[in-house]
Amino acid sequence: MTAPEFDHADVVLCPGGPLLLRGEHVVRDAEGRAHPTSGPLSAVCRCGKSGSAPWCDGTHKVLPPNKRP
Amino acid sequence: MMLPKPRGAFSADVFEALRSGPSGLAEAQLPEAESPEDEAIALWSLYELHFRGFEDVEEDLEWYPAVLHLRGGLETELEARLRARRTEDAPDGDFAEAFFAFVEDFDGPSLARFVQTEADEEQVLDLLRMRSIYHLKEADPSSWVVPRLDTAPKAALVELLFDEYGAGNPNRLHHHLFARGLEAVGLRSEYGAYIDDVPVEILEQNNAMSLFGLHRRLRGAALGHLAAFEASSSMPSRRMAAGLERLGLDSTMIEYYTEHVTADAAHEQVAVRAICGTLLDQEPGLLEDVFLGAFTCLDLEARAARHLLERWGRAA
Repeated sequence: MTAPEFDHADVVLCPGGPLLLRGEHVVRDAEGRAHPTSGPLSAVCRCGKSGSAPWCDGTHKVLPPNKRP
Repeated sequence: MMLPKPRGAFSADVFEALRSGPSGLAEAQLPEAESPEDEAIALWSLYELHFRGFEDVEEDLEWYPAVLHLRGGLETELEARLRARRTEDAPDGDFAEAFFAFVEDFDGPSLARFVQTEADEEQVLDLLRMRSIYHLKEADPSSWVVPRLDTAPKAALVELLFDEYGAGNPNRLHHHLFARGLEAVGLRSEYGAYIDDVPVEILEQNNAMSLFGLHRRLRGAALGHLAAFEASSSMPSRRMAAGLERLGLDSTMIEYYTEHVTADAAHEQVAVRAICGTLLDQEPGLLEDVFLGAFTCLDLEARAARHLLERWGRAA
Protein backbone atom coordinates (compact mmCIF):
# COMPACT_ATOMS: atom_id res chain seq x y z
CA MET A 1 0.00 0.00 0.00
CA THR A 2 1.32 3.46 -0.85
CA ALA A 3 0.30 6.90 0.34
CA PRO A 4 -0.80 8.63 -2.88
CA GLU A 5 -0.25 12.17 -4.07
CA PHE A 6 -3.75 13.65 -4.40
CA ASP A 7 -4.96 15.61 -7.37
CA HIS A 8 -5.93 18.81 -5.54
CA ALA A 9 -6.79 22.18 -7.09
CA ASP A 10 -7.34 25.65 -5.62
CA VAL A 11 -9.61 26.74 -8.49
CA VAL A 12 -12.30 24.24 -9.42
CA LEU A 13 -14.84 24.53 -12.23
CA CYS A 14 -17.97 22.82 -10.90
CA PRO A 15 -20.03 21.28 -13.72
CA GLY A 16 -23.31 23.19 -14.08
CA GLY A 17 -22.34 25.44 -11.18
CA PRO A 18 -19.84 28.00 -9.91
CA LEU A 19 -16.09 28.30 -9.89
CA LEU A 20 -14.91 27.18 -6.48
CA LEU A 21 -12.00 29.14 -5.00
CA ARG A 22 -9.85 27.99 -2.14
CA GLY A 23 -7.90 30.60 -0.18
CA GLU A 24 -7.79 34.38 -0.24
CA HIS A 25 -8.33 36.11 -3.55
CA VAL A 26 -9.59 39.38 -4.97
CA VAL A 27 -12.13 38.96 -7.77
CA ARG A 28 -12.61 41.86 -10.20
CA ASP A 29 -16.14 41.99 -11.65
CA ALA A 30 -17.21 43.06 -15.16
CA GLU A 31 -17.58 46.69 -14.00
CA GLY A 32 -14.02 46.72 -12.70
CA ARG A 33 -14.90 46.58 -8.99
CA ALA A 34 -12.67 44.46 -6.75
CA HIS A 35 -14.28 41.97 -4.35
CA PRO A 36 -12.06 40.27 -1.75
CA THR A 37 -13.04 36.78 -0.61
CA SER A 38 -14.34 36.66 2.96
CA GLY A 39 -13.37 33.15 4.02
CA PRO A 40 -11.32 30.10 3.07
CA LEU A 41 -13.96 28.89 0.57
CA SER A 42 -15.71 30.97 -2.06
CA ALA A 43 -17.84 30.24 -5.11
CA VAL A 44 -17.78 32.63 -8.07
CA CYS A 45 -20.95 32.84 -10.19
CA ARG A 46 -20.64 31.41 -13.71
CA CYS A 47 -24.30 31.53 -14.78
CA GLY A 48 -24.50 35.34 -14.70
CA LYS A 49 -27.78 35.34 -12.76
CA SER A 50 -26.59 35.53 -9.16
CA GLY A 51 -28.17 38.14 -6.91
CA SER A 52 -24.90 38.25 -4.93
CA ALA A 53 -22.52 38.73 -7.88
CA PRO A 54 -19.69 38.09 -8.28
CA TRP A 55 -20.39 35.29 -5.79
CA CYS A 56 -22.63 32.31 -6.47
CA ASP A 57 -25.96 32.24 -4.65
CA GLY A 58 -27.25 28.94 -6.06
CA THR A 59 -29.43 30.59 -8.75
CA HIS A 60 -27.96 28.29 -11.44
CA LYS A 61 -30.12 25.53 -9.96
CA VAL A 62 -33.36 27.15 -11.08
CA LEU A 63 -32.12 27.60 -14.64
CA PRO A 64 -32.99 25.02 -17.30
CA PRO A 65 -30.09 22.57 -17.80
CA ASN A 66 -29.08 24.12 -21.13
CA LYS A 67 -28.68 27.55 -19.49
CA ARG A 68 -26.44 26.27 -16.71
CA PRO A 69 -22.70 26.86 -17.01
CA MET B 1 -28.12 24.34 30.97
CA MET B 2 -30.41 22.33 33.25
CA LEU B 3 -32.25 19.20 32.11
CA PRO B 4 -35.36 20.12 30.10
CA LYS B 5 -38.92 19.62 31.29
CA PRO B 6 -40.06 16.02 30.91
CA ARG B 7 -42.79 15.33 28.35
CA GLY B 8 -44.24 12.16 29.90
CA ALA B 9 -43.62 9.49 32.52
CA PHE B 10 -40.69 7.97 30.61
CA SER B 11 -38.66 11.17 30.25
CA ALA B 12 -39.60 12.16 33.82
CA ASP B 13 -38.09 8.94 35.15
CA VAL B 14 -35.04 9.17 32.88
CA PHE B 15 -34.33 12.71 34.09
CA GLU B 16 -34.83 11.75 37.72
CA ALA B 17 -32.41 8.86 37.27
CA LEU B 18 -29.85 11.10 35.53
CA ARG B 19 -30.05 13.60 38.39
CA SER B 20 -29.56 10.88 40.99
CA GLY B 21 -26.30 9.66 39.42
CA PRO B 22 -24.97 6.23 38.44
CA SER B 23 -26.82 4.26 41.10
CA GLY B 24 -30.15 5.84 40.14
CA LEU B 25 -29.83 4.77 36.53
CA ALA B 26 -28.66 1.26 37.21
CA GLU B 27 -31.69 0.64 39.40
CA ALA B 28 -34.31 2.57 37.45
CA GLN B 29 -37.35 0.62 36.19
CA LEU B 30 -38.41 2.83 33.33
CA PRO B 31 -41.96 2.85 31.98
CA GLU B 32 -42.76 2.76 28.25
CA ALA B 33 -42.65 6.13 26.51
CA GLU B 34 -46.07 7.81 26.50
CA SER B 35 -45.60 9.54 23.18
CA PRO B 36 -43.03 10.24 20.47
CA GLU B 37 -42.07 13.49 22.19
CA ASP B 38 -41.66 11.74 25.56
CA GLU B 39 -39.11 9.49 23.86
CA ALA B 40 -37.51 12.23 21.75
CA ILE B 41 -36.83 14.62 24.65
CA ALA B 42 -35.21 11.75 26.59
CA LEU B 43 -32.97 10.88 23.65
CA TRP B 44 -32.13 14.53 23.00
CA SER B 45 -31.02 14.86 26.62
CA LEU B 46 -28.92 11.69 26.49
CA TYR B 47 -27.19 13.07 23.39
CA GLU B 48 -26.57 16.37 25.13
CA LEU B 49 -24.34 14.57 27.63
CA HIS B 50 -21.89 14.35 24.66
CA PHE B 51 -22.22 18.03 23.72
CA ARG B 52 -22.38 20.50 26.60
CA GLY B 53 -23.99 18.41 29.36
CA PHE B 54 -26.32 19.66 32.10
CA GLU B 55 -25.59 21.44 35.34
CA ASP B 56 -27.79 18.95 37.20
CA VAL B 57 -26.19 15.78 35.73
CA GLU B 58 -22.77 14.44 36.74
CA GLU B 59 -20.26 14.59 33.87
CA ASP B 60 -19.19 10.98 34.48
CA LEU B 61 -22.55 9.75 33.25
CA GLU B 62 -21.64 10.50 29.62
CA TRP B 63 -19.96 7.08 29.25
CA TYR B 64 -21.80 5.18 31.97
CA PRO B 65 -22.89 1.78 30.58
CA ALA B 66 -26.51 2.05 31.77
CA VAL B 67 -26.82 5.43 30.03
CA LEU B 68 -25.36 4.05 26.80
CA HIS B 69 -27.66 1.03 27.00
CA LEU B 70 -30.70 3.23 27.40
CA ARG B 71 -29.56 5.51 24.57
CA GLY B 72 -28.86 2.50 22.34
CA GLY B 73 -32.43 1.24 22.66
CA LEU B 74 -33.88 4.63 21.74
CA GLU B 75 -31.45 4.96 18.83
CA THR B 76 -32.41 1.59 17.39
CA GLU B 77 -36.02 2.76 17.19
CA LEU B 78 -35.10 6.14 15.74
CA GLU B 79 -32.84 4.63 13.08
CA ALA B 80 -35.48 2.08 12.08
CA ARG B 81 -38.06 4.86 11.77
CA LEU B 82 -35.78 7.03 9.64
CA ARG B 83 -34.89 4.11 7.36
CA ALA B 84 -38.55 3.10 6.97
CA ARG B 85 -39.53 6.57 5.76
CA ARG B 86 -37.21 6.34 2.78
CA THR B 87 -38.88 4.29 0.08
CA GLU B 88 -36.64 4.78 -2.96
CA ASP B 89 -33.15 3.48 -3.66
CA ALA B 90 -30.27 5.83 -4.42
CA PRO B 91 -30.40 7.20 -7.99
CA ASP B 92 -27.97 5.90 -10.62
CA GLY B 93 -25.47 7.91 -12.64
CA ASP B 94 -22.89 10.56 -11.83
CA PHE B 95 -23.01 11.02 -8.07
CA ALA B 96 -22.76 14.84 -7.83
CA GLU B 97 -25.30 15.40 -10.59
CA ALA B 98 -27.70 12.84 -9.12
CA PHE B 99 -27.29 14.25 -5.63
CA PHE B 100 -27.98 17.86 -6.61
CA ALA B 101 -31.00 16.70 -8.65
CA PHE B 102 -32.28 14.68 -5.68
CA VAL B 103 -32.16 17.75 -3.43
CA GLU B 104 -33.64 20.08 -6.06
CA ASP B 105 -36.51 17.70 -6.85
CA PHE B 106 -37.46 17.03 -3.23
CA ASP B 107 -40.99 18.25 -2.68
CA GLY B 108 -41.66 19.90 0.65
CA PRO B 109 -43.21 23.08 2.04
CA SER B 110 -40.81 26.01 2.39
CA LEU B 111 -40.68 27.93 5.66
CA ALA B 112 -38.27 30.39 4.05
CA ARG B 113 -40.78 31.24 1.31
CA PHE B 114 -43.46 31.85 3.96
CA VAL B 115 -41.08 34.07 5.94
CA GLN B 116 -40.15 35.98 2.80
CA THR B 117 -43.69 36.85 1.79
CA GLU B 118 -46.21 36.43 4.61
CA ALA B 119 -44.96 35.68 8.11
CA ASP B 120 -45.49 38.22 10.87
CA GLU B 121 -42.81 39.06 13.42
CA GLU B 122 -44.16 36.65 16.06
CA GLN B 123 -44.05 33.77 13.60
CA VAL B 124 -40.47 34.60 12.60
CA LEU B 125 -39.40 34.77 16.26
CA ASP B 126 -41.16 31.44 16.81
CA LEU B 127 -39.15 29.95 13.92
CA LEU B 128 -35.88 31.39 15.23
CA ARG B 129 -36.54 29.75 18.64
CA MET B 130 -36.99 26.40 16.84
CA ARG B 131 -33.84 26.93 14.77
CA SER B 132 -31.83 27.88 17.86
CA ILE B 133 -31.67 24.27 19.04
CA TYR B 134 -29.45 23.36 16.10
CA HIS B 135 -28.03 26.70 14.98
CA LEU B 136 -26.40 27.24 18.40
CA LYS B 137 -24.32 24.13 17.76
CA GLU B 138 -24.18 24.46 14.01
CA ALA B 139 -21.78 21.91 12.44
CA ASP B 140 -20.97 20.24 15.77
CA PRO B 141 -22.54 16.83 14.96
CA SER B 142 -20.57 16.72 11.67
CA SER B 143 -17.32 17.30 13.55
CA TRP B 144 -17.64 13.87 15.17
CA VAL B 145 -17.15 12.29 11.75
CA VAL B 146 -13.65 13.70 11.13
CA PRO B 147 -11.52 10.95 12.75
CA ARG B 148 -13.56 8.23 11.02
CA LEU B 149 -12.49 9.30 7.52
CA ASP B 150 -9.53 8.62 5.30
CA THR B 151 -7.37 11.41 3.84
CA ALA B 152 -9.36 12.96 0.97
CA PRO B 153 -12.85 13.21 2.56
CA LYS B 154 -11.24 14.16 5.89
CA ALA B 155 -9.32 17.09 4.36
CA ALA B 156 -12.47 18.31 2.62
CA LEU B 157 -14.68 17.98 5.69
CA VAL B 158 -12.20 19.89 7.83
CA GLU B 159 -11.95 22.56 5.13
CA LEU B 160 -15.73 23.07 5.31
CA LEU B 161 -15.82 22.92 9.11
CA PHE B 162 -12.97 25.46 9.33
CA ASP B 163 -15.21 27.93 7.49
CA GLU B 164 -18.26 27.01 9.64
CA TYR B 165 -16.17 27.66 12.73
CA GLY B 166 -15.06 31.10 11.57
CA ALA B 167 -11.64 30.18 10.11
CA GLY B 168 -10.04 30.89 13.47
CA ASN B 169 -12.00 34.07 14.20
CA PRO B 170 -14.56 33.46 16.97
CA ASN B 171 -16.60 36.43 15.77
CA ARG B 172 -17.15 34.67 12.43
CA LEU B 173 -18.08 31.30 13.92
CA HIS B 174 -21.53 30.52 12.56
CA HIS B 175 -23.23 29.51 15.79
CA HIS B 176 -21.84 32.65 17.39
CA LEU B 177 -23.27 34.75 14.54
CA PHE B 178 -26.64 33.15 15.24
CA ALA B 179 -26.33 33.83 18.99
CA ARG B 180 -25.60 37.49 18.22
CA GLY B 181 -28.60 37.55 15.90
CA LEU B 182 -30.90 36.06 18.56
CA GLU B 183 -29.90 38.75 21.04
CA ALA B 184 -30.35 41.46 18.44
CA VAL B 185 -33.98 40.43 17.87
CA GLY B 186 -34.67 40.19 21.61
CA LEU B 187 -34.42 36.41 22.03
CA ARG B 188 -32.30 34.38 24.45
CA SER B 189 -28.96 33.20 23.11
CA GLU B 190 -27.99 30.62 25.75
CA TYR B 191 -27.44 27.15 24.39
CA GLY B 192 -30.68 25.13 24.57
CA ALA B 193 -32.70 28.05 26.00
CA TYR B 194 -35.84 27.14 24.04
CA ILE B 195 -35.71 23.37 24.30
CA ASP B 196 -38.96 23.24 26.29
CA ASP B 197 -40.79 25.10 23.50
CA VAL B 198 -39.89 22.94 20.51
CA PRO B 199 -42.13 20.25 19.01
CA VAL B 200 -41.17 16.63 18.43
CA GLU B 201 -40.29 17.37 14.79
CA ILE B 202 -37.45 19.68 15.89
CA LEU B 203 -36.25 17.20 18.51
CA GLU B 204 -36.16 14.48 15.87
CA GLN B 205 -34.23 16.73 13.47
CA ASN B 206 -31.57 17.25 16.13
CA ASN B 207 -31.57 13.63 17.28
CA ALA B 208 -31.04 12.38 13.73
CA MET B 209 -27.92 14.53 13.34
CA SER B 210 -26.51 13.25 16.64
CA LEU B 211 -27.35 9.65 15.72
CA PHE B 212 -25.53 9.93 12.39
CA GLY B 213 -22.61 11.88 13.84
CA LEU B 214 -21.94 9.67 16.86
CA HIS B 215 -21.84 6.31 15.07
CA ARG B 216 -18.89 5.51 12.83
CA ARG B 217 -21.13 2.95 11.10
CA LEU B 218 -23.39 5.83 9.97
CA ARG B 219 -20.62 8.10 8.59
CA GLY B 220 -22.17 7.95 5.12
CA ALA B 221 -25.52 9.15 6.46
CA ALA B 222 -23.84 11.92 8.49
CA LEU B 223 -22.06 13.27 5.42
CA GLY B 224 -25.09 12.84 3.15
CA HIS B 225 -27.10 14.81 5.69
CA LEU B 226 -24.47 17.54 5.77
CA ALA B 227 -24.36 17.73 1.97
CA ALA B 228 -28.16 17.96 1.66
CA PHE B 229 -28.25 20.61 4.39
CA GLU B 230 -25.68 22.72 2.53
CA ALA B 231 -27.32 22.09 -0.85
CA SER B 232 -30.71 23.30 0.41
CA SER B 233 -29.47 26.43 2.17
CA SER B 234 -28.42 29.24 -0.20
CA MET B 235 -31.75 30.19 -1.73
CA PRO B 236 -33.79 29.65 1.46
CA SER B 237 -31.25 31.81 3.32
CA ARG B 238 -31.82 34.58 0.79
CA ARG B 239 -35.59 34.28 1.34
CA MET B 240 -35.10 34.36 5.11
CA ALA B 241 -32.96 37.50 4.83
CA ALA B 242 -35.58 39.14 2.59
CA GLY B 243 -38.38 38.27 5.04
CA LEU B 244 -36.49 39.61 8.05
CA GLU B 245 -35.73 42.77 6.12
CA ARG B 246 -39.42 43.14 5.14
CA LEU B 247 -40.33 42.98 8.85
CA GLY B 248 -37.60 45.46 9.83
CA LEU B 249 -35.79 43.02 12.11
CA ASP B 250 -32.28 43.83 13.32
CA SER B 251 -29.53 43.62 10.70
CA THR B 252 -27.40 41.26 12.83
CA MET B 253 -29.85 38.41 12.26
CA ILE B 254 -30.26 39.37 8.60
CA GLU B 255 -26.49 39.14 8.20
CA TYR B 256 -26.50 35.61 9.61
CA TYR B 257 -28.71 34.59 6.69
CA THR B 258 -26.96 36.65 4.00
CA GLU B 259 -23.66 35.08 5.14
CA HIS B 260 -25.20 31.67 4.41
CA VAL B 261 -26.35 32.63 0.90
CA THR B 262 -22.81 32.78 -0.46
CA ALA B 263 -21.03 30.59 2.11
CA ASP B 264 -23.32 27.64 1.47
CA ALA B 265 -23.13 28.07 -2.31
CA ALA B 266 -19.45 27.18 -1.86
CA HIS B 267 -20.04 24.65 0.91
CA GLU B 268 -22.53 22.64 -1.14
CA GLN B 269 -19.93 22.09 -3.87
CA VAL B 270 -17.34 20.97 -1.32
CA ALA B 271 -19.82 18.80 0.61
CA VAL B 272 -21.18 17.01 -2.45
CA ARG B 273 -18.06 16.69 -4.60
CA ALA B 274 -15.06 16.80 -2.26
CA ILE B 275 -16.56 15.19 0.86
CA CYS B 276 -19.26 12.73 -0.25
CA GLY B 277 -17.73 12.20 -3.70
CA THR B 278 -14.32 11.15 -2.38
CA LEU B 279 -15.91 9.14 0.43
CA LEU B 280 -17.81 7.13 -2.18
CA ASP B 281 -14.73 6.73 -4.37
CA GLN B 282 -13.17 4.92 -1.42
CA GLU B 283 -16.26 3.27 -0.01
CA PRO B 284 -18.89 2.86 -2.76
CA GLY B 285 -20.91 0.65 -0.43
CA LEU B 286 -21.91 3.76 1.53
CA LEU B 287 -24.00 5.18 -1.34
CA GLU B 288 -27.35 4.14 0.15
CA ASP B 289 -26.42 5.62 3.52
CA VAL B 290 -25.34 8.91 1.93
CA PHE B 291 -28.80 9.14 0.39
CA LEU B 292 -30.40 8.02 3.66
CA GLY B 293 -28.74 11.02 5.32
CA ALA B 294 -29.81 13.36 2.52
CA PHE B 295 -33.40 12.10 2.53
CA THR B 296 -33.58 12.36 6.31
CA CYS B 297 -32.36 15.95 6.25
CA LEU B 298 -34.97 17.02 3.69
CA ASP B 299 -37.80 14.86 5.08
CA LEU B 300 -37.37 16.07 8.68
CA GLU B 301 -37.24 19.68 7.50
CA ALA B 302 -40.48 19.10 5.56
CA ARG B 303 -42.10 17.60 8.67
CA ALA B 304 -40.99 20.55 10.81
CA ALA B 305 -42.27 22.97 8.16
CA ARG B 306 -45.67 21.28 7.96
CA HIS B 307 -46.00 21.38 11.74
CA LEU B 308 -45.13 25.07 11.99
CA LEU B 309 -47.29 26.13 9.05
CA GLU B 310 -50.25 24.25 10.53
CA ARG B 311 -49.62 25.82 13.93
CA TRP B 312 -49.68 29.23 12.27
CA GLY B 313 -52.97 28.39 10.57
CA ARG B 314 -51.45 27.89 7.12
CA ALA B 315 -52.06 24.87 4.95
CA ALA B 316 -48.71 23.23 4.33
